[in-house]
Amino acid sequence: MAVMQDVKPEQPVQLRAIRIRRQRIVKTLVLGAVAIFLATPLLAMLLFTVRQPLSGVWGIEPWKAIFTGDGSSLGADMSALWKGLGVSLALSAVTVVLMLLLLVPTMVMAHIRNKRLERAIEWVSTLPLTIPAIVLVVGLGPMYRWMSINLLSTNPIWLCFAYVILVLPFAFRALAVGLRSIDVNTLSEAARSLGASWPKVFFKVLIPNLWQSMLSASFISVAVVLGEYTVASLLGRTNLQVALFQLGQSNAQISTAMSLLALVFATVLVVALDVIAEHMRRRQEKGQNDVIG
Amino acid sequence: MSITHTASRPSAHRSEGLKAHSTSSTLRKGIADAAISIPFFAYTACFLLVPTLIVIVGAFTSRTGGFTLNNLAKLGEANTLHSLMTSITVSAASALIGAVVGACASYALVIGAKPNGMLRRVMLAVSSVLAQFGGIMLAFAFIATIGINGVLTLALQQLFSFTVNPNWLSSIGGLITIYSYFQIPLMIVIFLPAVDSMRPQWREAVESLGGTTWHYWSRVAVPILLPRFISAFLLLFANAFSAYATAAALFAQRAILLPLMVQSAMRNEMDPNQQGFAQVLAFTMILVVALVMWLSHAVEKRAGRWQ
Repeated sequence: MAVMQDVKPEQPVQLRAIRIRRQRIVKTLVLGAVAIFLATPLLAMLLFTVRQPLSGVWGIEPWKAIFTGDGSSLGADMSALWKGLGVSLALSAVTVVLMLLLLVPTMVMAHIRNKRLERAIEWVSTLPLTIPAIVLVVGLGPMYRWMSINLLSTNPIWLCFAYVILVLPFAFRALAVGLRSIDVNTLSEAARSLGASWPKVFFKVLIPNLWQSMLSASFISVAVVLGEYTVASLLGRTNLQVALFQLGQSNAQISTAMSLLALVFATVLVVALDVIAEHMRRRQEKGQNDVIG
Repeated sequence: MSITHTASRPSAHRSEGLKAHSTSSTLRKGIADAAISIPFFAYTACFLLVPTLIVIVGAFTSRTGGFTLNNLAKLGEANTLHSLMTSITVSAASALIGAVVGACASYALVIGAKPNGMLRRVMLAVSSVLAQFGGIMLAFAFIATIGINGVLTLALQQLFSFTVNPNWLSSIGGLITIYSYFQIPLMIVIFLPAVDSMRPQWREAVESLGGTTWHYWSRVAVPILLPRFISAFLLLFANAFSAYATAAALFAQRAILLPLMVQSAMRNEMDPNQQGFAQVLAFTMILVVALVMWLSHAVEKRAGRWQ
């Protein structure tokens, strides 16, 4: 009896120490392996851009070509790339504006007034996940052929109509998170009871409370539009990715450098988003503490 | 005065609404709701519903414009079946690798770490970038790594005099590796919240009842996490199945995947023998992805019972 009483309370403590040590080893191994797998292609991209693969000469010509805009030293014509970049940047701006105009008022109103309508909007918004871009483009082909002849031009900017659909699921999720985190009903009722009109409620009360999720919806949309290749290439329009692909055929180093830059830009967007979220969380906590104090 | 006046307005409106439960007010509300949501539904009808209908109608339209099932016969051709099988193999394999490795990484990120620790935040931010890192740029990344003149290829050659098969990138194995590159981060993003919901108290409860690590995993952790894992796996499958750009950059000529066949069918649309082929392939893709997504939702719903 005495022996058992002595041993029993000790054992779990030892077990736990062993387990924690073992967990730490497993953790390091798993995360290390994943990090190596994820980092290798990125590092390789960087090395690939500064070392001529055939001659083995080190140099920063591809980066010079990008930042000076002149690729003649490498025998590359950069004009298509700049045009594609311009198109993609314009497309992301127009897509973001269209997406916000389409989603924000509808989602806010549905959230306040009609739960069934809200679910219908959610269903429609997440539908593009079920209909891949490569499928959508088969149906968009005849539509764009008709539109470019009868209504609009073949200007790549009109791709924005298709892109709004592509960003819809991501933008919807970002906005839905924001809507759920604030009490829209109380806010709008309070504002209404103080005499604000609906437009005033919307622009002066709800939008300032939703700007963080609107920003995150915009960022994810920009990331999607800048990375889009399928629709543009199959509809025969040139955007950043199509231009990158064409440049890749003649000069792999510049196109790799440009890809790396685009990736860095996407990372900056996401980190900025994380910082904003953290800032908002702190402010919210501080606000709550002030109320309690 | 003005305050009492304005403040009385909503309350009057409300009592009015309470009294009038007639059909006319619900109808009016319905019309107002419809009016607000008209732009959204009109837009999605134009650019989501119409293209989808064009695909579905096109799949069953004959050369003369009538209804036909003949277009579907092309699905049975060896060429098409082969690329369908390759698509399924690549998607399933990359989804499995992504799901298993991603789940392990999520678990590793959660155990023994602060809920808002630096490592975790960095890893999550990196994952959410890389999960979207598909397309042409991903193909470039792997060409720069392990293509003919890739950095890793040259390093392996010089250090270990090991020559990488230059065609490996455009093989099934290469494609699965490349797809895993966005599948693993996507799994981390999806699965981390599930692992987060596991409470350390559950493990302590198992221990205090005399259970071992094996008991904890087999009786508690796995049964709770399995539905979430399966639904995430299915999402990854659909994600890989719909991916197009990376494969398009690597396989310029050979249409070995279903999306690549769609592309070449679209390019050959003027060929009378290809009538409706792109639409039939696209329709098949919709069916597969819709089935997988529906399964994923069904499993997720089952998982919801635990929460």
